[in-house]
Amino acid sequence: MAKTLFDKVWDAHLVETMENGPSVLYIDKHLIHEVTSPQAFQELEDRGIALFRPKQVVATADHNTPTLDQDKPVKDPLSRKQLQQLTDNCQKHGITLYGLGHQYNGIVHVMAPELGITQPGMTMVCGDSHTSTHGAFGSIAFGIGTSQVAQVFASQSLLLTKPKTMRITVNGTLAKGVLPKDVILYIIAQIGTNAGTGYFCEYAGEVFEQMSMEGRMTVCNMSIEMGARGGMIAPDQTTFDYVQGRPYAPKGEQWQKKLAHWKSLPSDPGATFDKEFFFDAKDIAPMVTYGTNPGMGIKIGAQIPQSQDASFAKSLKYMGLNPGQSLLNHPIDYVFIGSCTNSRIEDFRVAAQAVKGRQKAQHVTAWLVPGSKQVEAQIEQEGLKTIFEAAGFKLRQPGCSACLAMNEDKVPEGAYCVSTSNRNFEGRQGQGARTLLASPLVAAISAIEGKITAVDPYLN
Amino acid sequence: MEAFKTLVSPAIPLPIEHIDTDQIIPARFLKATDKKGFGDNLFRDWRYDKNDQPNTEFVLNNDQYNGQILVAGTNFGCGSSREHAAWALTGYGFKVIVSSFFADIFKGNALNNGLLPVQVSEDFLQALLKIINDNPKAQLRVDVLAQTIEVSGTELRANFDIDPYKKTCLINGYDDIDYLVSKRAAITAFEAKQE
Repeated sequence: MAKTLFDKVWDAHLVETMENGPSVLYIDKHLIHEVTSPQAFQELEDRGIALFRPKQVVATADHNTPTLDQDKPVKDPLSRKQLQQLTDNCQKHGITLYGLGHQYNGIVHVMAPELGITQPGMTMVCGDSHTSTHGAFGSIAFGIGTSQVAQVFASQSLLLTKPKTMRITVNGTLAKGVLPKDVILYIIAQIGTNAGTGYFCEYAGEVFEQMSMEGRMTVCNMSIEMGARGGMIAPDQTTFDYVQGRPYAPKGEQWQKKLAHWKSLPSDPGATFDKEFFFDAKDIAPMVTYGTNPGMGIKIGAQIPQSQDASFAKSLKYMGLNPGQSLLNHPIDYVFIGSCTNSRIEDFRVAAQAVKGRQKAQHVTAWLVPGSKQVEAQIEQEGLKTIFEAAGFKLRQPGCSACLAMNEDKVPEGAYCVSTSNRNFEGRQGQGARTLLASPLVAAISAIEGKITAVDPYLN
Repeated sequence: MEAFKTLVSPAIPLPIEHIDTDQIIPARFLKATDKKGFGDNLFRDWRYDKNDQPNTEFVLNNDQYNGQILVAGTNFGCGSSREHAAWALTGYGFKVIVSSFFADIFKGNALNNGLLPVQVSEDFLQALLKIINDNPKAQLRVDVLAQTIEVSGTELRANFDIDPYKKTCLINGYDDIDYLVSKRAAITAFEAKQE
């Protein structure tokens, strides 16, 4: 029978299936961070259970870390305690930790692919909903709660009911200035924030085939924003070239063996999905969101739709916007380029190219937060830091930062922030903060103009 | 986990759609390293103003309403995987959330903490909200064994779905860790086959 990419990876990891019940699915890699792991370690302790496979767990500190002065002790006592607890727990259980300041430290969904930890055909989990990012490599990767973190600690497995499968196909060629972020914001605006709930989503078609690994990660990252537990893209030469040579990547004979397996993973012709959507690349344009969920997005220059819905009205009231209004030229106060969605080297290259030789608008506070120490180093090596500084931008240190504003990087009440992150929920970037999600290109040029700006004049 | 078979309680209405986990428990409260105290900050930014004074318009600050059942708009619990959202709801005292749709990760997290997500039709949800609105003291009865939800003294009654395995866990207070630890031999055998 013709199988999907998802089916192939799922079936290869099935330990057993309960009659009329869930399956025991084996987990290859478990990524952890400081915020969603302490209670899981405590759970093991309380039950007197040993960590089953510590070598398959990798830790980083990212959610609750400062993005300035990382060489100094963390100021906030609660954050410091949480970070210390991660260090202690990793030491105690023999888990590799790339902590604050380590050359491999970074946002979990940036540093793991970068190190080659993420590989095609794997099952991967992390106590973070954006674990869907790793599906860009053709792996089954999804976010879990802390109880499940404890379950994986205890058994390197999870009890799961097999999700349904869906496929989103986008054919054609994207216009210049239309980035992977625009593709996923467009898809979510079209199908809604719960269209994917209960499904694993495969992205297929020319647009994704032509996309870089960084772009594919941006797309898969936001699968959860349409409700899907995970997103996947069939591994191909682009994937293999990205993985090869990275510290955790298989080498020599092992590489050849893995490669042969990975090449067998793409969905078979004729494989069927429970749900399918088709889009055309020519219909996609640079996007911006106007509301308080990621599905509330429009093309820059389009009008905010009309709706009688009470939740819609509540959302626009929070945003200080009106139906029928266009966001083009809407003044902004903050710009955040960062997060597990858009903080990879390619994102900073796009931003640097747009701001080169220009000056940031005086009234705009712009935060550039690389996804990892390696991205930070690369920004410097490629001369992008010089470009940013000349344009009046300041580069901060890696971490989740203003995406969820757990640390000091908070947008003030009422302020508008063009953000390359993934969620525009109420208060997400700080109490009362108003988030406008967009691509790194839109964010960078909006910082220059001090208002939401169309990308076209900047394309040459 | 505590066993959960039936619950009779009035309900608290929160008819907002797409309530995300950042509303349930804002990120700035995720710095704790245990599971205690999250109930104090449940719906923090809706419940209190910026000076930490109770917002009198918010339903949790309305004396008319109390109970262990929250009735919320569609797509409840979307967003982050933070289990702190489930801990905040149980910490506050909720045992059941009724909505017409639940986000995936939240649903699993809730069940892992003995918090029952009851998914009903949009029509049932609207009818239920109307009854609670007219009579804040209306008693709801949730029966896990029979998989039913009903409002005492009315015709309003519905069945709800629950995974049979999760139902057994809830009724008996079992959780997945016990089961998975009991499968370690099978898991080790699976690993050996992969070599």
